[in-house]
Amino acid sequence: MTTDVKDTTQAAPEYIEEKEKPPIATRWARRLAIVSILLAVGLPMISLLVWSFAFRWNYPDLLPSEWSMRAWSYVVDDSSRVLEGLWNSTQAAVLVTILAIIVGLPAARALGQHDFRAKSTVEWILMMPIIVPPLVATMGIHQIFIRMNLTDSLFGVALVHLIPSIPYFILVMASVFANYGTALEETARTLGANRWHVFRYVTFPAISSGLLVASMFTFLISWSQYVTTLLIGGGSFITLPLVLFPFLSGANHSVAAAISLVFVAPAILVLIMTSRQLSRESSVMGGFGKI
Amino acid sequence: MSDLVETSEPIGAVRREPLRSRLKIPLMLTPALAIILLLFGGGILVGAGQSFGYFPAIGLNEFTFDYYRSVLTDPNFLRSLWLTFRIAATATVLSSILAVAFALVLRHNFRGSRLATFLFQIPLPVPHLVAASGIVLLVTQSGLFARLAYSLGVIEVPADFPVMVFDEAGIAIILTFLWKEIPFVGLVVLAILQSVGPQYEEQARTLGANGRQRFFHVLLPLIMPGILSTSIIIFAFTFASYEIPLLLGVRFPATLPVVAFRQYQDPDLALRPEAMAISVVLAIVALLLLIAYRRLAQYAVKR
Repeated sequence: MTTDVKDTTQAAPEYIEEKEKPPIATRWARRLAIVSILLAVGLPMISLLVWSFAFRWNYPDLLPSEWSMRAWSYVVDDSSRVLEGLWNSTQAAVLVTILAIIVGLPAARALGQHDFRAKSTVEWILMMPIIVPPLVATMGIHQIFIRMNLTDSLFGVALVHLIPSIPYFILVMASVFANYGTALEETARTLGANRWHVFRYVTFPAISSGLLVASMFTFLISWSQYVTTLLIGGGSFITLPLVLFPFLSGANHSVAAAISLVFVAPAILVLIMTSRQLSRESSVMGGFGKI
Repeated sequence: MSDLVETSEPIGAVRREPLRSRLKIPLMLTPALAIILLLFGGGILVGAGQSFGYFPAIGLNEFTFDYYRSVLTDPNFLRSLWLTFRIAATATVLSSILAVAFALVLRHNFRGSRLATFLFQIPLPVPHLVAASGIVLLVTQSGLFARLAYSLGVIEVPADFPVMVFDEAGIAIILTFLWKEIPFVGLVVLAILQSVGPQYEEQARTLGANGRQRFFHVLLPLIMPGILSTSIIIFAFTFASYEIPLLLGVRFPATLPVVAFRQYQDPDLALRPEAMAISVVLAIVALLLLIAYRRLAQYAVKR
């Protein structure tokens, strides 16, 4: 690995340009950072991949002594309920994302672009689910939902997933709205555009990349939920984390690894699609710095 | 066309707004507020009610502090509370410090920085359970690290390798949280650093500030609000986390959320009020700690 940094011609303008060769301590800090990120992120992921194809992998072998597709054929077999979990997880996450957009977008806009009385109270209420430990609320909702016959159903699970999703969605979108302001919309209206045209040609293009990131992360919040689904789903609405959990505490590492990989696949897909926004567009991640 | 009329008013003109525009903001906020207040608020009300002995389903409807008394006087409760706090605080402090260190390096453009930044983001969308699943494969006594230690001749048998899973220190739990939360804080700090740009630092450098001074007097005040917000989110999350300590932690003492859920899911419904009391105490302790932390940090920043 070289540390020659003379070639900064392709540097994106957001990055801090190097003017001279950095001091030796900086170069070592960079090497250390690269190596530690590579190992910390790579090792767990590669271990999962190798384990999912391992049949016999005894201590102290560094690689499996026998390989097999058994874990993967178990994953696609109906008896493992992985595919059922995959389907249910997808349905819940899509429903939660749609609901979060419907409910969250107007609120995010109000918070990002307008000043009004009691604004900080409203913000505090909307952020409550990510600041107040949600155990009491989850258990309380479980009992409300039992009475309302909402347990064991997709809709009940989606509703309870909506609680941790809304604060994050609003946090990100309020920041996106605040970042782009209202000046362009006002100009368009002055020029005679109607409401729909303002939205279609001005507002939407401006917020679309932020909205994409916020929606995908909302999808993933629902996707990752365990305990809320366990309670509200009541064991009959099975999602992927519920299928995975027993294997994680069991002895069959290969199956646990294979299900983990199925479970993580959409997350990696989302990251590849949103990576640019995460590291460059400060309004998206910057939103988390504003509670 | 009414829109045109509205916006053609001179800016700042004093007039009574029409009803429609006065109702605009409340209408925009109502759906989100309703969901949070009805579901989250309603859940808290029902739960808190049970912790005070209002549980008509099993014939309880007398107000009492008994459940709180029995929870708070239980020595195991304090042990669990301390364990929960220690894990959450360690994870929060370490992930904040390490995240700032990574952000300070990654904000520069150097060979490999693009790939490093991409890899740095990977844990952000990964579910906690998958993180735990991968980390367990590394740190158990027969995991990859133990095997590497064997091939380097450091250890002989798995029992020689330090216990990091199902241990009282909660090392695997903390590692899982660090793996997940460092990128979260790091990317927020990185976003702030990139929007600020290098000019303040350059000025400080021109005025003769050394690296230490530039960090503590220029950069840190700028990124402090971001660290404050993210550390509050992380602490609240880790303090209330259930599945990770359940999976990787020792059975006794368990963290408070694990204890509470264990009691809640017990077939004996009479244990539920106590589970609720534990959860209420957990929420209040977390809120008090976060309020104190916020005050303290704001005071420190102002100084």
